[in-house]
Amino acid sequence: MKKIKSPDELEELRRSILDSRDPSEVSVSICRGTGCTASGGETVTTALKDEIQKNGLKEKVQIRITGCHGFCEQGPLVVIQPQGIFYRQVKPEDAKEIVSETLMKGKVCEPLLYRDPVSKERVIQEDEVPFYKQQQRILLKNNGRIDPTNIEDYIALGGYGALVRVLSQMSPEEVIETMKQSGLRGRGGAGFPTGRKWEICRRARGDSKYVICNADEGDPGAFQDRSLLEGNPHSVLEGMLIGAYSIGAREGYIYVRTEYPLAVRNVEIAIRQLKEYGLSGEDILNSGWGFTITVNRGAGAFVCGEETGLLASIEGEVGEPRPRPPYPAERGLWGKPTNINNVKTWASVPVIINRGAKWYSGIGTEKSKGTMIFSLVGKINNTGLVEVPMGITLRELIYTIGGGIPGGKKFKAVQTGGPSGGCIPESLIDLAVDYEQLTRAGSIMGSGGMIVVDEDTCMIDVARYFLDFTMKESCGRCSSCRVGIQLMYQILSDIIEGRGEEGDIELLEEISQAVIDTSLCALGGTAPNPVLTTIRYFRDEYEAHIREIRCPAKACRHLIQYTIDEEKCNGCTRCLRLCPVEAVTGEKKKPHHILQERCTQCGACLEGCRFGAVIIKDRF
Amino acid sequence: MDLKEVDRIVDKYQDEKGSSIAVLQDIQSSCNYLPRDALLRVSQRLGTPLSHLVRIATFYTAFSLEPRGRHLISVCMGTACHVRGGPRILERLERNLAIKSGETTDNFDFTLRTVHCLGACALAPLMVIDGKYFGKMNSNKVGSIMKRYQKQNEEDKKS
Repeated sequence: MKKIKSPDELEELRRSILDSRDPSEVSVSICRGTGCTASGGETVTTALKDEIQKNGLKEKVQIRITGCHGFCEQGPLVVIQPQGIFYRQVKPEDAKEIVSETLMKGKVCEPLLYRDPVSKERVIQEDEVPFYKQQQRILLKNNGRIDPTNIEDYIALGGYGALVRVLSQMSPEEVIETMKQSGLRGRGGAGFPTGRKWEICRRARGDSKYVICNADEGDPGAFQDRSLLEGNPHSVLEGMLIGAYSIGAREGYIYVRTEYPLAVRNVEIAIRQLKEYGLSGEDILNSGWGFTITVNRGAGAFVCGEETGLLASIEGEVGEPRPRPPYPAERGLWGKPTNINNVKTWASVPVIINRGAKWYSGIGTEKSKGTMIFSLVGKINNTGLVEVPMGITLRELIYTIGGGIPGGKKFKAVQTGGPSGGCIPESLIDLAVDYEQLTRAGSIMGSGGMIVVDEDTCMIDVARYFLDFTMKESCGRCSSCRVGIQLMYQILSDIIEGRGEEGDIELLEEISQAVIDTSLCALGGTAPNPVLTTIRYFRDEYEAHIREIRCPAKACRHLIQYTIDEEKCNGCTRCLRLCPVEAVTGEKKKPHHILQERCTQCGACLEGCRFGAVIIKDRF
Repeated sequence: MDLKEVDRIVDKYQDEKGSSIAVLQDIQSSCNYLPRDALLRVSQRLGTPLSHLVRIATFYTAFSLEPRGRHLISVCMGTACHVRGGPRILERLERNLAIKSGETTDNFDFTLRTVHCLGACALAPLMVIDGKYFGKMNSNKVGSIMKRYQKQNEEDKKS
C-alpha cells in the first residue's frame, strides 16, 4: 500500500474504493462480536462460507465479518445486503436455505426473521425491529456495516474525513472551541466537559504530552466500549488523532482490558493499518505534525480504570491511584501533561467535527448533549446495546426498547453505573436519563451499564454483590476503603443470613459516609452508593430482613426453604435425581418431599422441576 | 521454562518504557503461570528487583504464581450473571470438582476461577472453559458438561 501523503490522496483513495465497489453487490454480513460469537457465530460463518463456495458464489457474494450489532439476545445475527434482510438466531443448518433461497433467488427465509412479540408480525429490515427503531445510532451506526479489520471499509464511509478537515482547515484552538460548543461530556461516567479538559491539557506546560484512551471497561454488565473497539476501532483512533493534534500530543496509548482479546486484536490491526496508510507516524497528511499510538493490555485490576491507577499501570507499576491534584492534565504519564478520555468520548469526536457542534448539541438535554450507549442486561427481554439520545426515560429504555421483563415478572429496579452507581426503583421509571438526573437519584451515569432486576431479586443481595466486588478490587492503599467496605460487607452478610440487628441500617449509613469522605480515589469514594441507594429506596426490605428475618424477594437462602406442592408433584423423580445432597425423598409416581435438615437451598430442584411443584417459602 | 524464551520476550519489549507488565503477561500466556526461574531471569534482565515483579504478579489477577490445570474454567460473576443465578453455577462446580474458586484439582486437570463480567450478558449465566462459551446455564447442566471434559481427560491420558 502506498502511503497517503495529503488530503487529496485520501479523497482519491476513497473514490477509488467506492468505484471498485458495486452498490448492488450481494453481501452477507455476519456479526462476530463477542456475544454472537459466544452463541455460535463461528460455526455459522464456516457453514455459510462452505455453502457459498459449494454453490460457486464465491466471486459474486462478499462475506463481511462485522462487529457487534447490539441485539445480542437474538444472536448470531446475519444481514444480507443490498436488501438489508435481517436474520436472527441463525444456526449452521440454516446456511443452506440462506444461500439457496435468499442469495440465489432473492427470497426471504421467513422463520429466520425477527417476530414482533406484540404484533406477531415478521420484520424484514434491521431498522424496523422495535429494538432498533427507537434508537439514535450515531456511534454504533457503522458497527454492522464495516469489517473492523479493513481500514478501507471505514474510509469508504467517509472515515478519516474529520481528521483531514481538522488538519487542513482548523487550528487546535478551533477544534477545542468546537468540542466545547458541542457540549460533549466525558463518557467514562463523571461527565467532565471534553473541550475544557483538552484546553487545560493544551495550556499545560510540557515538552511532550500524551493522550490516552481508557478502555479498561471494568463495570460488570457494561460492554459498549468493547463493542466499539471490536466493531469500529478506527472511529476511536480518528478521535484520538484529532484530540492529540488539538492538545499538542505526539504519542498516545490505548489501555484495554486483557479480558477483551478480540478488542485488543482488532485495535492492534487498526493501528498497524493506520501506520501503513501513513495516517500515523511522521508528518501526517502533509501537516508537519506526527503521532503514534500504542496498545497497552490491562492485567485484570478494576482500579486501573481510575485514571491515576491507569497511568501507574502503563508505567509498569501496580495500579494504585495517587492523590489529585495534580491532575493528569498537568502531571500525568511519566510526569507529563496527559489527556485521558473514554472510548465513547473519542468515538464521538469525528462525528462532531463532521456534522458540527450545533447539530450535536441539538441532541439530548440542557446539560447532557448527544447520545449515550447503554447496555441493557439482567432480567430483561432484549439484552443488548442501545444508543439513545440523553434524556430518554427509563420506561422507554426498559419497555419500548428492552421489551420488558421476561416471564411476566414485575420490574423492581434498575442498577446503573456499576459498582459506583446505585439502584433506581420503579417509582422513578419516568426519570429522564442524563448525568444530572441520575446523580439526583443517588446513582451515576458510569460507563452506561443498566442491570434490570425483577421481583425475585433481593436488593440487599445486590448491594452486597457490589461490595464484594469493590472489596476484592480495592487496592488496599487507604484504610477507609480497605476496612470500611469490608465492615459494610460483613453487616450486609449478617442481615442476609438472618443475624441483622436494630441499628444496622444507621451503622451502614455512618460507615458509608466515612468511606465516601476519606477515600483517596473514586473506587472507595463511590463504593457505598449501592448500599445507600438500596437503603433509600428499599428500606422496607432491610427492615423485613432485620425485624422479621424474612427476605421479601425469597432469594436469601438462609431465610427460605424449598418445599414440594403435593398437588402438583406427579412423582417424576427428576428433582430426586438432580439433588446433589440427597435431600429429596419419595417413590416414583408419588409426591416427593424435601428433608429440610439436609437441604442446602441450592435450587437445583426448582430449576429442574417441569411442573412448577417446587415452591419457596419463608423459613421463619 | 526455557530461559531462552524468557530472553526472547524481554528483547521484544526492549525499546518500550514500563514493559514489566507486558513481559509478565507474555510469560503467563506462554506457560499458564509465572515460574520462579522465569521471574528471576526477568528481574536480572530488566534490572528490576524480584520483589517488585512479585508485587505486580500478586496485584493483577491475570497472573498466577501456581501452575494452572489443563482446563481453565471461568465462571462469570458479572451483575447480569449474578442476578440470573451465576453463584449457583459456581457452587455446583465447586461441589463437582471438590475445589474452591481459585484452586486447581490435585491431578491438574482443572482450575476453577471466577471473572468479573465477560460482556456476553445475553447469555447469562455464563461459564467459559478454555475459551469455549457455555451460555444460559443452570446448575443442572454443569454435571453433563463436566462429564464430557472428564471423559476427554481420561482419553487424553491413555493416549
